Amino acid sequence: MKPPAFLPLVLLALAGSAYADEAASKPRSSPVPGSKEVRLCDNKTAVKVSNETPRTAAEGQKIADALMAQWKAKNPNKDWVAGEVAAHQVVPPEDNSKVVGSGQSSTYGAVTQQDVQVWDNESYKFAVYGSEVFHSGEELGSEIAVSCDMCHPRAANTHPETYPKFQPQLGRVALLRDMINWCIEHPVRGKVLAPDDPKMRALEAYILAQRKGVALDYGKR
Amino acid sequence: MNDNNIPHIKSAETRYLEEREALFRGLQRLDRRGFFRVSGGATAAAIAAGVGFPFHSFLPINVAYADASGGSQGFTFAYISDSHLYARKTNERFVRQLLRAVDDVNSLDPQPDFVLYGGDLAQLGRKEELDLGAQILKALKAPVRMMVGEHDWYFDMGRHWNALFGPETYSFDHKGVHFVVLMSVQEKDFWTARGLSPAERMHTVAGLDNALQSAFEVGTPQREWLKKDLERVPASTPLIVFSHSPLYKLYRPWNFWTDDAEDVQAILQRFDRVTVLHGHTHQVLTNRIGNIQFHGMLSTAWPWPYAPQGLPALTVQMNRPNPFNPADGLGDGSATVHPDGLVDKLYNLWNRNPTQVKANYLSSGGKSDIPAAPKLASY
Repeated sequence: MKPPAFLPLVLLALAGSAYADEAASKPRSSPVPGSKEVRLCDNKTAVKVSNETPRTAAEGQKIADALMAQWKAKNPNKDWVAGEVAAHQVVPPEDNSKVVGSGQSSTYGAVTQQDVQVWDNESYKFAVYGSEVFHSGEELGSEIAVSCDMCHPRAANTHPETYPKFQPQLGRVALLRDMINWCIEHPVRGKVLAPDDPKMRALEAYILAQRKGVALDYGKR
Repeated sequence: MNDNNIPHIKSAETRYLEEREALFRGLQRLDRRGFFRVSGGATAAAIAAGVGFPFHSFLPINVAYADASGGSQGFTFAYISDSHLYARKTNERFVRQLLRAVDDVNSLDPQPDFVLYGGDLAQLGRKEELDLGAQILKALKAPVRMMVGEHDWYFDMGRHWNALFGPETYSFDHKGVHFVVLMSVQEKDFWTARGLSPAERMHTVAGLDNALQSAFEVGTPQREWLKKDLERVPASTPLIVFSHSPLYKLYRPWNFWTDDAEDVQAILQRFDRVTVLHGHTHQVLTNRIGNIQFHGMLSTAWPWPYAPQGLPALTVQMNRPNPFNPADGLGDGSATVHPDGLVDKLYNLWNRNPTQVKANYLSSGGKSDIPAAPKLASY
Protein backbone atom coordinates (compact mmCIF):
# COMPACT_ATOMS: atom_id res chain seq x y z
CA MET A 1 0.00 0.00 0.00
CA LYS A 2 1.24 3.44 -0.86
CA PRO A 3 0.42 6.55 1.13
CA PRO A 4 -0.39 9.59 -1.03
CA ALA A 5 2.82 11.27 0.09
CA PHE A 6 3.38 13.20 -3.13
CA LEU A 7 0.78 15.91 -2.45
CA PRO A 8 2.42 17.44 0.64
CA LEU A 9 5.77 17.13 -1.15
CA VAL A 10 4.54 19.16 -4.10
CA LEU A 11 2.95 21.74 -1.84
CA LEU A 12 6.09 22.04 0.21
CA ALA A 13 8.16 22.53 -2.88
CA LEU A 14 5.84 25.23 -4.14
CA ALA A 15 5.63 27.01 -0.82
CA GLY A 16 9.37 26.83 -0.50
CA SER A 17 9.98 28.23 -3.96
CA ALA A 18 7.46 31.04 -3.50
CA TYR A 19 9.28 32.07 -0.37
CA ALA A 20 12.64 31.77 -2.08
CA ASP A 21 11.53 33.92 -5.04
CA GLU A 22 10.38 36.65 -2.73
CA ALA A 23 13.63 36.42 -0.84
CA ALA A 24 15.75 36.55 -3.97
CA SER A 25 14.21 39.84 -5.07
CA LYS A 26 15.36 41.56 -1.86
CA PRO A 27 18.89 42.07 -0.72
CA ARG A 28 19.63 39.60 2.04
CA SER A 29 21.58 41.94 4.22
CA SER A 30 18.88 44.53 5.02
CA PRO A 31 15.33 43.19 5.49
CA VAL A 32 12.61 45.80 4.95
CA PRO A 33 10.39 46.14 8.03
CA GLY A 34 6.86 44.69 7.73
CA SER A 35 5.65 41.41 6.35
CA LYS A 36 4.77 39.63 3.17
CA GLU A 37 2.18 37.04 2.21
CA VAL A 38 3.20 33.55 1.17
CA ARG A 39 0.59 31.63 -0.80
CA LEU A 40 0.00 28.01 -1.59
CA CYS A 41 -0.41 26.83 -5.18
CA ASP A 42 -4.21 27.13 -4.78
CA ASN A 43 -3.58 30.90 -4.65
CA LYS A 44 -6.00 31.13 -1.70
CA THR A 45 -4.27 29.62 1.31
CA ALA A 46 -1.84 32.23 2.65
CA VAL A 47 0.26 33.09 5.70
CA LYS A 48 1.83 36.39 6.66
CA VAL A 49 5.57 36.13 7.17
CA SER A 50 7.52 38.86 8.90
CA ASN A 51 10.36 40.28 6.87
CA GLU A 52 12.50 39.82 9.98
CA THR A 53 12.15 36.05 9.72
CA PRO A 54 15.56 34.47 9.39
CA ARG A 55 15.97 32.77 6.03
CA THR A 56 16.78 29.28 7.20
CA ALA A 57 15.52 25.91 6.14
CA ALA A 58 13.85 25.49 9.54
CA GLU A 59 11.87 28.72 9.16
CA GLY A 60 10.89 27.73 5.62
CA GLN A 61 9.61 24.43 6.95
CA LYS A 62 7.54 26.26 9.57
CA ILE A 63 5.89 28.38 6.86
CA ALA A 64 5.18 25.33 4.74
CA ASP A 65 3.71 23.50 7.77
CA ALA A 66 1.48 26.47 8.58
CA LEU A 67 0.21 26.52 4.99
CA MET A 68 -0.41 22.78 4.97
CA ALA A 69 -2.24 22.94 8.30
CA GLN A 70 -4.57 25.57 6.89
CA TRP A 71 -5.10 23.62 3.70
CA LYS A 72 -5.83 20.41 5.60
CA ALA A 73 -8.38 22.19 7.79
CA LYS A 74 -10.14 23.40 4.65
CA ASN A 75 -9.98 19.95 3.03
CA PRO A 76 -11.08 17.41 5.62
CA ASN A 77 -11.30 14.64 2.99
CA LYS A 78 -7.64 15.09 2.06
CA ASP A 79 -6.67 11.59 3.17
CA TRP A 80 -9.33 9.90 1.08
CA VAL A 81 -6.81 7.63 -0.63
CA ALA A 82 -5.36 6.40 2.67
CA GLY A 83 -8.86 6.10 4.12
CA GLU A 84 -10.19 4.09 1.20
CA VAL A 85 -7.15 1.84 1.10
CA ALA A 86 -7.37 1.12 4.84
CA ALA A 87 -10.94 -0.13 4.37
CA HIS A 88 -10.67 -1.75 0.95
CA GLN A 89 -7.45 -3.26 -0.26
CA VAL A 90 -6.60 -2.12 -3.78
CA VAL A 91 -3.94 -4.01 -5.71
CA PRO A 92 -1.01 -1.62 -6.38
CA PRO A 93 0.17 -1.06 -9.96
CA GLU A 94 3.29 -2.62 -11.47
CA ASP A 95 6.49 -1.48 -9.77
CA ASN A 96 8.38 0.38 -12.47
CA SER A 97 11.48 1.23 -10.42
CA LYS A 98 13.54 -1.14 -12.57
CA VAL A 99 13.31 1.29 -15.52
CA VAL A 100 14.80 4.17 -13.50
CA GLY A 101 17.87 5.40 -15.34
CA SER A 102 16.89 3.92 -18.68
CA GLY A 103 16.71 6.49 -21.43
CA GLN A 104 14.46 7.87 -24.11
CA SER A 105 11.08 7.13 -22.59
CA SER A 106 10.94 10.37 -20.67
CA THR A 107 10.58 13.89 -22.05
CA TYR A 108 13.82 14.93 -20.38
CA GLY A 109 15.89 11.86 -21.10
CA ALA A 110 16.36 9.08 -18.59
CA VAL A 111 13.50 7.95 -16.39
CA THR A 112 13.87 9.25 -12.85
CA GLN A 113 12.64 7.90 -9.54
CA GLN A 114 10.22 10.81 -9.52
CA ASP A 115 8.76 9.83 -12.92
CA VAL A 116 8.12 6.35 -11.59
CA GLN A 117 6.55 7.67 -8.42
CA VAL A 118 4.22 9.97 -10.34
CA TRP A 119 3.14 7.14 -12.66
CA ASP A 120 2.48 4.81 -9.74
CA ASN A 121 0.73 7.42 -7.62
CA GLU A 122 -1.57 8.58 -10.39
CA SER A 123 -2.47 5.08 -11.58
CA TYR A 124 -3.05 3.86 -8.04
CA LYS A 125 -5.06 6.91 -7.02
CA PHE A 126 -7.40 6.37 -9.97
CA ALA A 127 -8.00 2.71 -9.08
CA VAL A 128 -8.59 3.73 -5.45
CA TYR A 129 -11.19 6.24 -6.59
CA GLY A 130 -12.80 3.39 -8.50
CA SER A 131 -12.87 1.36 -5.27
CA GLU A 132 -14.68 4.23 -3.56
CA VAL A 133 -17.37 4.31 -6.27
CA PHE A 134 -17.56 0.50 -6.37
CA HIS A 135 -18.31 0.36 -2.63
CA SER A 136 -20.84 3.20 -2.50
CA GLY A 137 -24.49 2.93 -3.52
CA GLU A 138 -24.67 6.70 -3.20
CA GLU A 139 -21.79 7.33 -5.64
CA LEU A 140 -23.30 4.79 -8.04
CA GLY A 141 -26.64 6.57 -7.90
CA SER A 142 -28.47 3.48 -6.62
CA GLU A 143 -32.11 4.04 -5.79
CA ILE A 144 -32.14 0.96 -3.55
CA ALA A 145 -28.86 1.37 -1.61
CA VAL A 146 -27.10 -1.42 -3.50
CA SER A 147 -23.40 -1.26 -4.40
CA CYS A 148 -21.15 -3.44 -6.56
CA ASP A 149 -19.28 -4.98 -3.60
CA MET A 150 -22.48 -6.65 -2.37
CA CYS A 151 -22.11 -9.33 -5.07
CA HIS A 152 -18.43 -8.72 -5.87
CA PRO A 153 -16.33 -8.29 -2.70
CA ARG A 154 -12.90 -7.04 -3.82
CA ALA A 155 -14.27 -7.19 -7.37
CA ALA A 156 -14.38 -11.01 -7.20
CA ASN A 157 -16.18 -12.72 -10.09
CA THR A 158 -16.08 -9.61 -12.29
CA HIS A 159 -13.66 -11.41 -14.66
CA PRO A 160 -12.66 -8.34 -16.74
CA GLU A 161 -10.22 -10.53 -18.67
CA THR A 162 -13.13 -12.27 -20.45
CA TYR A 163 -14.29 -9.14 -22.35
CA PRO A 164 -15.08 -8.37 -25.08
CA LYS A 165 -17.58 -11.18 -25.52
CA PHE A 166 -20.92 -11.57 -27.21
CA GLN A 167 -23.82 -11.22 -24.79
CA PRO A 168 -27.09 -12.37 -26.37
CA GLN A 169 -28.98 -10.57 -23.58
CA LEU A 170 -27.47 -7.27 -24.76
CA GLY A 171 -27.66 -8.19 -28.43
CA ARG A 172 -24.08 -7.23 -29.06
CA VAL A 173 -20.49 -7.74 -28.07
CA ALA A 174 -20.09 -6.44 -24.53
CA LEU A 175 -17.06 -4.60 -23.23
CA LEU A 176 -16.38 -4.47 -19.50
CA ARG A 177 -18.05 -1.05 -19.36
CA ASP A 178 -21.22 -2.46 -20.95
CA MET A 179 -21.49 -5.05 -18.18
CA ILE A 180 -20.77 -2.39 -15.55
CA ASN A 181 -23.59 -0.31 -17.00
CA TRP A 182 -25.89 -3.31 -17.13
CA CYS A 183 -25.26 -3.93 -13.44
CA ILE A 184 -25.73 -0.24 -12.61
CA GLU A 185 -29.05 -0.20 -14.41
CA HIS A 186 -30.45 -3.49 -13.09
CA PRO A 187 -29.13 -4.94 -9.80
CA VAL A 188 -27.96 -1.53 -8.57
CA ARG A 189 -30.92 0.30 -10.10
CA GLY A 190 -29.16 3.54 -11.03
CA LYS A 191 -28.65 5.55 -14.21
CA VAL A 192 -26.17 4.29 -16.81
CA LEU A 193 -22.86 6.15 -17.01
CA ALA A 194 -21.39 7.64 -20.19
CA PRO A 195 -18.37 5.62 -21.38
CA ASP A 196 -16.05 8.55 -20.55
CA ASP A 197 -17.73 9.41 -17.24
CA PRO A 198 -14.95 9.71 -14.61
CA LYS A 199 -16.83 7.20 -12.43
CA MET A 200 -17.04 4.66 -15.26
CA ARG A 201 -13.35 5.12 -16.04
CA ALA A 202 -12.47 4.71 -12.37
CA LEU A 203 -14.68 1.61 -11.98
CA GLU A 204 -12.91 0.01 -14.93
CA ALA A 205 -9.56 0.96 -13.43
CA TYR A 206 -10.42 -0.63 -10.06
CA ILE A 207 -11.85 -3.83 -11.55
CA LEU A 208 -8.85 -4.28 -13.86
CA ALA A 209 -6.42 -3.44 -11.03
CA GLN A 210 -7.91 -6.16 -8.81
CA ARG A 211 -7.38 -8.71 -11.57
CA LYS A 212 -3.72 -7.79 -12.11
CA GLY A 213 -1.64 -10.67 -13.43
CA VAL A 214 -4.52 -12.72 -14.87
CA ALA A 215 -4.04 -13.55 -18.56
CA LEU A 216 -6.39 -11.88 -21.04
CA ASP A 217 -8.90 -14.36 -22.37
CA TYR A 218 -11.47 -12.49 -24.39
CA GLY A 219 -14.71 -14.28 -25.23
CA LYS A 220 -14.36 -16.72 -22.31
CA ARG A 221 -17.52 -17.98 -20.59
CA MET B 1 -62.68 -42.79 -39.34
CA ASN B 2 -60.34 -42.09 -36.49
CA ASP B 3 -61.72 -39.72 -33.81
CA ASN B 4 -58.31 -38.19 -33.36
CA ASN B 5 -58.51 -36.55 -36.78
CA ILE B 6 -61.65 -34.60 -35.85
CA PRO B 7 -60.88 -33.02 -32.53
CA HIS B 8 -64.27 -31.37 -31.97
CA ILE B 9 -66.41 -34.38 -32.67
CA LYS B 10 -65.85 -37.31 -30.36
CA SER B 11 -67.95 -40.35 -29.84
CA ALA B 12 -69.67 -40.89 -26.49
CA GLU B 13 -67.36 -43.80 -25.90
CA THR B 14 -64.20 -41.73 -26.51
CA ARG B 15 -65.44 -38.97 -24.23
CA TYR B 16 -66.23 -41.50 -21.52
CA LEU B 17 -62.81 -43.11 -21.78
CA GLU B 18 -61.07 -39.73 -21.67
CA GLU B 19 -63.06 -38.64 -18.65
CA ARG B 20 -62.41 -41.90 -16.90
CA GLU B 21 -58.69 -41.59 -17.57
CA ALA B 22 -58.70 -38.00 -16.31
CA LEU B 23 -60.59 -39.05 -13.20
CA PHE B 24 -58.10 -41.78 -12.43
CA ARG B 25 -55.16 -39.45 -13.05
CA GLY B 26 -56.75 -36.97 -10.67
CA LEU B 27 -57.43 -39.63 -8.09
CA GLN B 28 -53.84 -40.75 -8.29
CA ARG B 29 -52.60 -37.22 -7.64
CA LEU B 30 -55.15 -36.73 -4.91
CA ASP B 31 -54.13 -40.01 -3.39
CA ARG B 32 -50.50 -39.12 -3.29
CA ARG B 33 -51.14 -35.62 -1.93
CA GLY B 34 -53.60 -36.96 0.55
CA PHE B 35 -51.15 -39.57 1.56
CA PHE B 36 -48.51 -36.93 2.21
CA ARG B 37 -50.94 -34.85 4.21
CA VAL B 38 -51.78 -37.81 6.36
CA SER B 39 -48.16 -38.80 6.61
CA GLY B 40 -47.44 -35.43 8.24
CA GLY B 41 -48.68 -36.93 11.45
CA ALA B 42 -47.08 -40.26 10.75
CA THR B 43 -43.69 -39.06 9.50
CA ALA B 44 -41.96 -40.41 12.56
CA ALA B 45 -43.41 -43.84 12.08
CA ALA B 46 -42.65 -43.80 8.36
CA ILE B 47 -39.04 -42.77 8.87
CA ALA B 48 -38.59 -45.30 11.64
CA ALA B 49 -39.69 -47.87 9.04
CA GLY B 50 -36.80 -46.75 6.85
CA VAL B 51 -38.62 -44.45 4.44
CA GLY B 52 -37.67 -40.77 4.12
CA PHE B 53 -39.53 -38.16 2.11
CA PRO B 54 -37.46 -35.33 0.71
CA PHE B 55 -39.10 -31.94 0.42
CA HIS B 56 -39.80 -30.22 -2.89
CA SER B 57 -40.55 -33.54 -4.48
CA PHE B 58 -43.50 -35.88 -4.35
CA LEU B 59 -41.41 -38.90 -5.13
CA PRO B 60 -40.55 -40.93 -2.06
CA ILE B 61 -37.09 -42.43 -1.95
CA ASN B 62 -36.08 -45.25 0.27
CA VAL B 63 -33.30 -44.58 2.71
CA ALA B 64 -32.39 -47.32 5.11
CA TYR B 65 -30.66 -45.92 8.16
CA ALA B 66 -29.43 -47.62 11.26
CA ASP B 67 -31.55 -47.39 14.36
CA ALA B 68 -31.18 -44.22 16.32
CA SER B 69 -28.73 -44.83 19.08
CA GLY B 70 -29.41 -41.31 20.36
CA GLY B 71 -33.14 -41.84 20.26
CA SER B 72 -34.01 -39.26 17.57
CA GLN B 73 -37.25 -39.88 15.70
CA GLY B 74 -36.27 -38.16 12.45
CA PHE B 75 -37.84 -34.92 11.29
CA THR B 76 -37.28 -31.91 9.08
CA PHE B 77 -36.77 -28.22 9.61
CA ALA B 78 -36.65 -25.45 7.03
CA TYR B 79 -34.37 -22.42 6.86
CA ILE B 80 -34.44 -18.86 5.58
CA SER B 81 -31.32 -16.72 5.92
CA ASP B 82 -29.49 -13.48 5.13
CA SER B 83 -32.36 -11.29 3.91
CA HIS B 84 -30.51 -8.01 4.57
CA LEU B 85 -33.65 -5.89 4.75
CA TYR B 86 -33.49 -2.14 4.43
CA ALA B 87 -36.56 -0.10 5.30
CA ARG B 88 -39.36 -0.90 2.85
CA LYS B 89 -39.19 2.52 1.18
CA THR B 90 -35.43 2.20 0.63
CA ASN B 91 -35.41 -1.18 -1.06
CA GLU B 92 -38.52 -3.22 -1.76
CA ARG B 93 -36.59 -5.87 -3.74
CA PHE B 94 -35.09 -7.50 -0.65
CA VAL B 95 -38.53 -7.39 0.98
CA ARG B 96 -40.12 -9.22 -1.96
CA GLN B 97 -37.38 -11.83 -1.88
CA LEU B 98 -37.92 -12.57 1.81
CA LEU B 99 -41.67 -12.82 1.15
CA ARG B 100 -40.91 -15.36 -1.56
CA ALA B 101 -38.94 -17.49 0.91
CA VAL B 102 -41.78 -17.29 3.44
CA ASP B 103 -44.17 -18.47 0.71
CA ASP B 104 -41.84 -21.35 -0.14
CA VAL B 105 -41.68 -22.55 3.43
CA ASN B 106 -45.40 -22.09 4.03
CA SER B 107 -46.18 -24.23 0.99
CA LEU B 108 -44.16 -27.18 2.28
CA ASP B 109 -46.48 -30.10 2.91
CA PRO B 110 -46.04 -31.53 5.45
CA GLN B 111 -44.87 -28.46 7.32
CA PRO B 112 -41.39 -28.54 8.85
CA ASP B 113 -41.14 -28.89 12.63
CA PHE B 114 -39.67 -25.39 12.79
CA VAL B 115 -37.96 -22.74 10.65
CA LEU B 116 -34.44 -21.58 11.40
CA TYR B 117 -33.78 -17.94 10.55
CA GLY B 118 -30.03 -17.86 9.87
CA GLY B 119 -29.15 -14.24 10.72
CA ASP B 120 -28.71 -10.91 8.91
CA LEU B 121 -32.41 -10.17 8.88
CA ALA B 122 -31.52 -6.45 8.67
CA GLN B 123 -28.91 -4.75 6.51
CA LEU B 124 -27.89 -1.89 8.80
CA GLY B 125 -29.31 -3.06 12.15
CA ARG B 126 -31.95 -0.32 12.28
CA LYS B 127 -35.13 -0.65 14.28
CA GLU B 128 -37.39 -0.27 11.22
CA GLU B 129 -35.44 -2.96 9.35
CA LEU B 130 -35.68 -5.48 12.20
CA ASP B 131 -39.34 -4.61 12.83
CA LEU B 132 -40.13 -5.15 9.15
CA GLY B 133 -38.36 -8.52 9.21
CA ALA B 134 -40.12 -9.61 12.39
CA GLN B 135 -43.46 -8.68 10.86
CA ILE B 136 -42.78 -10.69 7.68
CA LEU B 137 -41.54 -13.75 9.60
CA LYS B 138 -44.78 -13.74 11.63
CA ALA B 139 -46.49 -15.03 8.47
CA LEU B 140 -44.62 -18.34 8.78
CA LYS B 141 -46.93 -21.15 9.80
CA ALA B 142 -44.25 -23.20 11.55
CA PRO B 143 -42.51 -21.93 14.70
CA VAL B 144 -39.38 -19.83 14.05
CA ARG B 145 -35.98 -20.18 15.73
CA MET B 146 -33.97 -16.99 15.38
CA MET B 147 -30.21 -16.56 15.01
CA VAL B 148 -28.44 -13.21 14.96
CA GLY B 149 -26.01 -11.96 12.29
CA GLU B 150 -23.53 -9.09 12.29
CA HIS B 151 -25.88 -6.90 10.22
CA ASP B 152 -28.49 -7.18 12.98
CA TRP B 153 -26.05 -6.35 15.76
CA TYR B 154 -23.57 -3.54 15.26
CA PHE B 155 -25.85 -0.50 15.17
CA ASP B 156 -27.18 -0.84 18.72
CA MET B 157 -25.12 -3.89 19.79
CA GLY B 158 -28.13 -6.18 19.61
CA ARG B 159 -30.48 -4.19 21.80
CA HIS B 160 -33.45 -4.12 19.44
CA TRP B 161 -32.83 -7.63 18.13
CA ASN B 162 -32.87 -8.92 21.73
CA ALA B 163 -36.05 -6.97 22.45
CA LEU B 164 -37.76 -8.58 19.47
CA PHE B 165 -36.42 -12.11 19.57
CA GLY B 166 -34.91 -12.73 23.02
CA PRO B 167 -31.40 -13.90 23.90
CA GLU B 168 -28.98 -14.46 21.01
CA THR B 169 -27.44 -17.58 22.59
CA TYR B 170 -29.64 -20.48 23.64
CA SER B 171 -30.22 -24.20 23.32
CA PHE B 172 -33.21 -26.49 23.04
CA ASP B 173 -34.05 -30.15 22.60
CA HIS B 174 -36.21 -31.45 19.81
CA LYS B 175 -37.12 -35.07 19.15
CA GLY B 176 -33.96 -36.41 20.71
CA VAL B 177 -31.58 -33.87 19.12
CA HIS B 178 -29.85 -31.18 21.16
CA PHE B 179 -29.78 -27.83 19.33
CA VAL B 180 -27.44 -24.95 20.16
CA VAL B 181 -27.74 -21.44 18.70
CA LEU B 182 -24.55 -19.35 18.96
CA MET B 183 -23.73 -15.69 18.41
CA SER B 184 -20.54 -16.28 16.43
CA VAL B 185 -20.05 -12.75 15.07
CA GLN B 186 -18.48 -11.06 18.11
CA GLU B 187 -15.88 -8.52 16.98
CA LYS B 188 -13.14 -6.94 19.06
CA ASP B 189 -13.69 -3.20 19.65
CA PHE B 190 -12.32 -1.49 16.55
CA TRP B 191 -14.63 1.52 16.82
CA THR B 192 -13.81 3.30 20.10
CA ALA B 193 -10.21 4.12 19.19
CA ARG B 194 -11.33 5.37 15.79
CA GLY B 195 -14.14 7.40 17.30
CA LEU B 196 -16.78 5.81 15.07
CA SER B 197 -20.47 6.54 15.56
CA PRO B 198 -22.88 3.57 15.84
CA ALA B 199 -23.89 4.13 12.18
CA GLU B 200 -20.25 4.20 11.07
CA ARG B 201 -19.48 1.08 13.10
CA MET B 202 -22.42 -0.71 11.48
CA HIS B 203 -21.44 0.50 8.02
CA THR B 204 -17.91 -0.84 8.50
CA VAL B 205 -19.13 -4.29 9.58
CA ALA B 206 -21.72 -4.30 6.77
CA GLY B 207 -18.94 -4.23 4.14
CA LEU B 208 -17.88 -7.84 3.62
CA ASP B 209 -14.48 -6.78 2.24
CA ASN B 210 -13.98 -3.93 4.73
CA ALA B 211 -10.62 -4.52 6.40
CA LEU B 212 -11.16 -2.03 9.26
CA GLN B 213 -13.26 -4.52 11.22
CA SER B 214 -11.89 -7.39 13.29
CA ALA B 215 -12.39 -11.13 12.91
CA PHE B 216 -15.57 -12.85 14.05
CA GLU B 217 -15.39 -15.01 17.16
CA VAL B 218 -17.63 -16.86 19.58
CA GLY B 219 -15.61 -15.50 22.50
CA THR B 220 -14.64 -16.86 25.90
CA PRO B 221 -17.88 -16.18 27.84
CA GLN B 222 -19.96 -17.93 25.22
CA ARG B 223 -17.57 -20.86 24.97
CA GLU B 224 -17.83 -21.25 28.75
CA TRP B 225 -21.62 -21.17 28.42
CA LEU B 226 -21.41 -23.81 25.68
CA LYS B 227 -19.27 -26.13 27.83
CA LYS B 228 -21.76 -25.82 30.66
CA ASP B 229 -24.75 -26.30 28.39
CA LEU B 230 -23.28 -29.50 26.93
CA GLU B 231 -22.20 -30.96 30.28
CA ARG B 232 -25.50 -32.72 30.83
CA VAL B 233 -25.76 -33.98 27.22
CA PRO B 234 -24.48 -37.53 26.58
CA ALA B 235 -22.04 -38.00 23.70
CA SER B 236 -24.48 -40.27 21.90
CA THR B 237 -27.05 -37.47 21.57
CA PRO B 238 -27.03 -35.95 18.10
CA LEU B 239 -25.97 -32.32 18.24
CA ILE B 240 -26.95 -29.59 15.76
CA VAL B 241 -25.31 -26.18 16.10
CA PHE B 242 -26.46 -22.98 14.38
CA SER B 243 -23.88 -20.23 13.92
CA HIS B 244 -24.03 -17.25 11.60
CA SER B 245 -20.40 -17.45 10.49
CA PRO B 246 -18.92 -20.83 9.50
CA LEU B 247 -17.38 -22.40 12.62
CA TYR B 248 -14.12 -22.96 10.77
CA LYS B 249 -11.51 -20.85 9.01
CA LEU B 250 -12.11 -20.39 5.32
CA TYR B 251 -11.14 -16.88 4.17
CA ARG B 252 -10.26 -14.13 6.62
CA PRO B 253 -10.60 -11.04 4.32
CA TRP B 254 -14.35 -11.69 3.99
CA ASN B 255 -14.84 -13.02 7.53
CA PHE B 256 -15.76 -16.44 6.10
CA TRP B 257 -14.11 -17.26 9.37
CA THR B 258 -14.49 -17.72 13.12
CA ASP B 259 -11.31 -16.80 14.95
CA ASP B 260 -11.76 -19.23 17.84
CA ALA B 261 -13.18 -21.99 15.62
CA GLU B 262 -10.68 -24.61 16.86
CA ASP B 263 -11.67 -23.95 20.49
CA VAL B 264 -15.35 -24.36 19.67
CA GLN B 265 -14.66 -27.51 17.63
CA ALA B 266 -12.73 -28.92 20.61
CA ILE B 267 -15.83 -28.50 22.79
CA LEU B 268 -17.93 -30.36 20.20
CA GLN B 269 -15.38 -33.11 19.72
CA ARG B 270 -16.66 -35.63 22.26
CA PHE B 271 -20.03 -35.99 20.50
CA ASP B 272 -20.59 -38.82 18.04
CA ARG B 273 -22.56 -36.78 15.52
CA VAL B 274 -22.39 -33.01 15.16
CA THR B 275 -23.83 -30.87 12.36
CA VAL B 276 -23.24 -27.12 12.04
CA LEU B 277 -25.50 -24.96 9.88
CA HIS B 278 -24.23 -21.46 9.17
CA GLY B 279 -25.33 -18.39 7.23
CA HIS B 280 -23.15 -15.46 6.12
CA THR B 281 -21.59 -17.13 3.06
CA HIS B 282 -24.68 -16.95 0.78
CA GLN B 283 -23.76 -20.08 -1.17
CA VAL B 284 -23.67 -23.87 -1.24
CA LEU B 285 -20.79 -24.67 1.09
CA THR B 286 -19.87 -28.07 2.52
CA ASN B 287 -17.16 -29.13 4.93
CA ARG B 288 -16.30 -31.83 7.40
CA ILE B 289 -13.77 -31.62 10.22
CA GLY B 290 -13.57 -34.89 12.17
CA ASN B 291 -16.99 -35.63 13.61
CA ILE B 292 -18.43 -32.26 12.60
CA GLN B 293 -20.34 -31.77 9.35
CA PHE B 294 -20.82 -28.20 8.11
CA HIS B 295 -23.42 -26.78 5.74
CA GLY B 296 -23.92 -23.22 4.52
CA MET B 297 -27.25 -21.56 3.83
CA LEU B 298 -28.50 -19.61 0.84
CA SER B 299 -29.35 -15.92 1.08
CA THR B 300 -32.58 -14.31 -0.07
CA ALA B 301 -30.82 -10.99 -0.83
CA TRP B 302 -27.72 -11.55 -2.98
CA PRO B 303 -25.23 -14.37 -3.66
CA TRP B 304 -21.53 -14.20 -2.73
CA PRO B 305 -18.82 -15.53 -5.02
CA TYR B 306 -16.65 -18.35 -3.74
CA ALA B 307 -13.60 -17.14 -1.83
CA PRO B 308 -10.39 -17.13 -3.88
CA GLN B 309 -8.66 -19.38 -1.32
CA GLY B 310 -9.52 -21.87 1.37
CA LEU B 311 -12.53 -23.59 -0.18
CA PRO B 312 -13.09 -26.93 1.62
CA ALA B 313 -12.31 -29.92 -0.59
CA LEU B 314 -15.77 -31.41 0.02
CA THR B 315 -17.58 -28.34 -1.36
CA VAL B 316 -19.20 -28.96 -4.72
CA GLN B 317 -19.75 -25.41 -5.93
CA MET B 318 -23.13 -24.18 -7.05
CA ASN B 319 -23.23 -22.76 -10.57
CA ARG B 320 -21.99 -19.19 -10.57
CA PRO B 321 -25.03 -16.90 -10.52
CA ASN B 322 -26.06 -15.35 -13.81
CA PRO B 323 -26.41 -11.56 -13.50
CA PHE B 324 -28.99 -11.53 -16.31
CA ASN B 325 -31.20 -13.84 -14.28
CA PRO B 326 -32.70 -11.91 -11.33
CA ALA B 327 -32.60 -13.74 -8.00
CA ASP B 328 -30.25 -16.40 -9.41
CA GLY B 329 -28.11 -18.04 -6.73
CA LEU B 330 -30.67 -17.15 -4.08
CA GLY B 331 -33.14 -19.33 -2.23
CA ASP B 332 -33.99 -21.07 0.99
CA GLY B 333 -34.03 -24.71 1.98
CA SER B 334 -34.48 -27.40 4.53
CA ALA B 335 -32.70 -30.08 6.49
CA THR B 336 -33.86 -33.64 6.96
CA VAL B 337 -32.66 -34.97 10.28
CA HIS B 338 -32.41 -38.74 10.12
CA PRO B 339 -33.12 -40.99 13.08
CA ASP B 340 -29.36 -41.34 13.60
CA GLY B 341 -29.16 -37.54 13.98
CA LEU B 342 -27.25 -36.79 10.79
CA VAL B 343 -28.55 -34.20 8.37
CA ASP B 344 -29.31 -34.18 4.64
CA LYS B 345 -29.15 -30.55 3.63
CA LEU B 346 -31.35 -29.23 0.83
CA TYR B 347 -30.51 -25.99 -0.98
CA ASN B 348 -33.69 -24.80 -2.67
CA LEU B 349 -32.14 -22.56 -5.35
CA TRP B 350 -34.97 -20.49 -6.78
CA ASN B 351 -33.85 -20.43 -10.40
CA ARG B 352 -32.19 -23.82 -10.55
CA ASN B 353 -32.72 -27.40 -9.58
CA PRO B 354 -32.55 -27.92 -5.83
CA THR B 355 -29.26 -29.38 -4.61
CA GLN B 356 -29.12 -31.91 -1.82
CA VAL B 357 -25.94 -32.54 0.12
CA LYS B 358 -26.43 -35.77 1.99
CA ALA B 359 -24.95 -36.78 5.31
CA ASN B 360 -23.69 -39.90 3.61
CA TYR B 361 -21.64 -37.77 1.19
CA LEU B 362 -19.84 -36.21 4.14
CA SER B 363 -19.63 -39.39 6.24
CA SER B 364 -18.05 -41.24 3.32
CA GLY B 365 -15.49 -38.46 2.85
CA GLY B 366 -16.98 -37.50 -0.49
CA LYS B 367 -16.97 -41.02 -1.93
CA SER B 368 -20.70 -41.64 -2.27
CA ASP B 369 -23.83 -39.56 -2.92
CA ILE B 370 -21.72 -36.92 -4.67
CA PRO B 371 -23.82 -33.83 -5.51
CA ALA B 372 -24.01 -32.77 -9.17
CA ALA B 373 -20.97 -30.80 -10.34
CA PRO B 374 -21.56 -27.21 -11.52
CA LYS B 375 -21.67 -26.52 -15.25
CA LEU B 376 -20.31 -23.00 -14.72
CA ALA B 377 -17.82 -22.83 -11.85
CA SER B 378 -16.10 -19.66 -10.61
CA TYR B 379 -13.72 -17.82 -12.94
